[in-house]
Amino acid sequence: MKRFVLIVAGLLAACSQGSDSVVFHAASNPATLADWNVLDIRQGHLVPSGGSTVYEVNAPLFTDYAHKMRTIYSPSVAPVRDDGSLDFAVGTVISKTFYYPENETGTVITPDNGRDAIDLSTHRLIETRLMVLRETGWSPVSYVWNEAETEARLKRTGAVVPLTLSGTDFAYVVPNENQCAGCHATDMTTKVLHPLGATGPQIKNRGHMVVSGIMQHGATAVQADYRDTNLSLDDRARSYLAGNCAHCHNPVGPADTSGLDLSLSAQVGPEMGRCKPPIAAGSGTGGHKFSIMPGDPDNSIMTYRLASTDPGSMMPELGRGLVHAEGVALIREWIAEMDGDCGT
Amino acid sequence: MRKLLLGTALFLAACSQADTPVATDEAYQDTLQLALLDAKPGDIITIPAGTHSLDRGLSLAADGVTIRGEGMDVSILSFKGQIAGAEGLLVTGDNVVLENFAVEDSKGDAIKINDTDGVTVRGVRVEWTGEAKTENGAYGLYPVQTTNVLIEDVVAIGASDAGIYVGQSRGVIVRNSRAERNVAGIEIENTQDADVYGNLTTDNTGGILVFNMPGLTQPGGRVRVYDNDVYENDRSNFGHPGTPVASIPAGSGVVINSHDDVEIFENRIRDNRTANIIIASVYSSNFADSSFSDTFDPYPDRIHVHSNELSGGGNKPDGMELKAAKTVKFGLTGHFPHVLWDGYARGDEDPKICIEEPNAEVFNADLPNESKNMRVEMDLHRCTLPRLPAVTLNAG
Repeated sequence: MKRFVLIVAGLLAACSQGSDSVVFHAASNPATLADWNVLDIRQGHLVPSGGSTVYEVNAPLFTDYAHKMRTIYSPSVAPVRDDGSLDFAVGTVISKTFYYPENETGTVITPDNGRDAIDLSTHRLIETRLMVLRETGWSPVSYVWNEAETEARLKRTGAVVPLTLSGTDFAYVVPNENQCAGCHATDMTTKVLHPLGATGPQIKNRGHMVVSGIMQHGATAVQADYRDTNLSLDDRARSYLAGNCAHCHNPVGPADTSGLDLSLSAQVGPEMGRCKPPIAAGSGTGGHKFSIMPGDPDNSIMTYRLASTDPGSMMPELGRGLVHAEGVALIREWIAEMDGDCGT
Repeated sequence: MRKLLLGTALFLAACSQADTPVATDEAYQDTLQLALLDAKPGDIITIPAGTHSLDRGLSLAADGVTIRGEGMDVSILSFKGQIAGAEGLLVTGDNVVLENFAVEDSKGDAIKINDTDGVTVRGVRVEWTGEAKTENGAYGLYPVQTTNVLIEDVVAIGASDAGIYVGQSRGVIVRNSRAERNVAGIEIENTQDADVYGNLTTDNTGGILVFNMPGLTQPGGRVRVYDNDVYENDRSNFGHPGTPVASIPAGSGVVINSHDDVEIFENRIRDNRTANIIIASVYSSNFADSSFSDTFDPYPDRIHVHSNELSGGGNKPDGMELKAAKTVKFGLTGHFPHVLWDGYARGDEDPKICIEEPNAEVFNADLPNESKNMRVEMDLHRCTLPRLPAVTLNAG
């Protein structure tokens, strides 16, 4: 009898473990986030579930000061490719939940990546985006949370969420499905989507991810954490631009039409913006002649566009309605310290 | 009393136009964007009659899709209340047909088509309503890095850069279209094999521009501009300071900048107050001091101007230096010849700027020598060039 009880208990445990795995939807997108079992609400907290592991990134994209909880579920240990990307297996589900502390008074300056439980009594959930690796490649899927924070529903056409942050009203814009590719398809010719944060150089807690069986240990470069003031100004600024701009501004990206390359591999010179005239900036020039005027952030198109919230002028084009004051300050400081001029 | 009522009615009308906040038609916005997301090759997405107010940019990524309205003045997508998106409509799918609708008042560009093969835009209107002003979006129609592009019967109004702009593309026809009240009416930039014909450009700052800019994926080459009406493009430049077009003088008919192999023929070009035709190098633009790569060719070579009807213009050039040059050389009541050249050429090589026009002379502004020897000259320009081939588009 005792033995029988043990077996049943074992079976139950197995069962509960089985149902507690991420549910991979190989072809279509279910109507609610819960159907994936990537995240779960337990005791008033949003927590990873189904074998998902929280990861952090070194150079996060600014999204209106939203906090982000990122998870990866990987059915097998992903090898690290030579270029630093991870060779995930079909069935991998990556999530990113955008949320804000409620009753926020001061300016949010600490994107608290890595928090592995979001207390719903003090935070407001906005949206959760998934990148799912299917046989056909990576699929983007967006879910928008209801105000009661009980359910996130599929929203393919995007949404507008009016918010107030530190007294400033703004419209938080959830992108539509095509717009996901606007960032995640970094090669405009192949238009193949891939993760931007879940890569060797970007993952901050790499050791934890190795131990958790998400990725193999592999020697790849580490992208600088632009918030780390112990690092050099140049490393921080270049990492900020790479993290926030290079998905489009790379030699084969959607913004290669501009001739401006902000990836980490760009050479210092006109291709990286130094003394580079605008091509199709329109109102984005702010009246300035060069993307970067060395030593003169006030006369640089780059700082003007980062500090704008006009849809026709601002950069990045999508994904923010507020100015990232700390990011602008970093780029201003970087440009201010550049020597030389543009011969004018 | 009747008069008073009329006055009141007008006043109310004015008020309602200015003050009514634009209510987004969210249901339609969702419906249309969902149709764009779900579109499969061969699908036709229709835009019903009416003005549809949208607050976010639309995007189409699928191949082989047609978006069709009931007419450029009937099916209108209005972005007056736009809060997000750098354009009204972004197209990234191949072999897309856009026809018979309008995009109005987008915050950035009206329609951008990026990195695709096979573009047809037909009977579409892109417009910034109200005053032509600097705050308007940059480009009306904006295919860039595209191949096999047909733009016909479109209307572009009010762009603070170019109404119809084709950039870094190959195999392009822009025909039978109208561009008014833009900074640049039609601009072909860093594009290879383009035919621009049967168009009407008037009341822009510059009528038709053929530009080659440094630092881009490809240089421009082989552009034919013919059978167009280009007149009275005298509007004050309202481009954003710092943009390349902001240096275009008001009253420019056809402008060639740093571009090789351009044939301008059988156009009717008249009454553009700075000059009917301007041929220049990047050295006389805003960006004379920018650093170019060694591979960039800043000089316009092999420019063939012939068989045009040229009249009027050149009488009231824009900008102090041009005004002074005109007055010094031609008097207060005189005018520039039909062709204005900044004088930049590679060393002492013949740039082959060939003007085969009985009534046209060339004014060389001699900018390389600080205009010390401004002169009317024709000897250098009595030459001819082989005709450029017509553009043929590959069917998608």
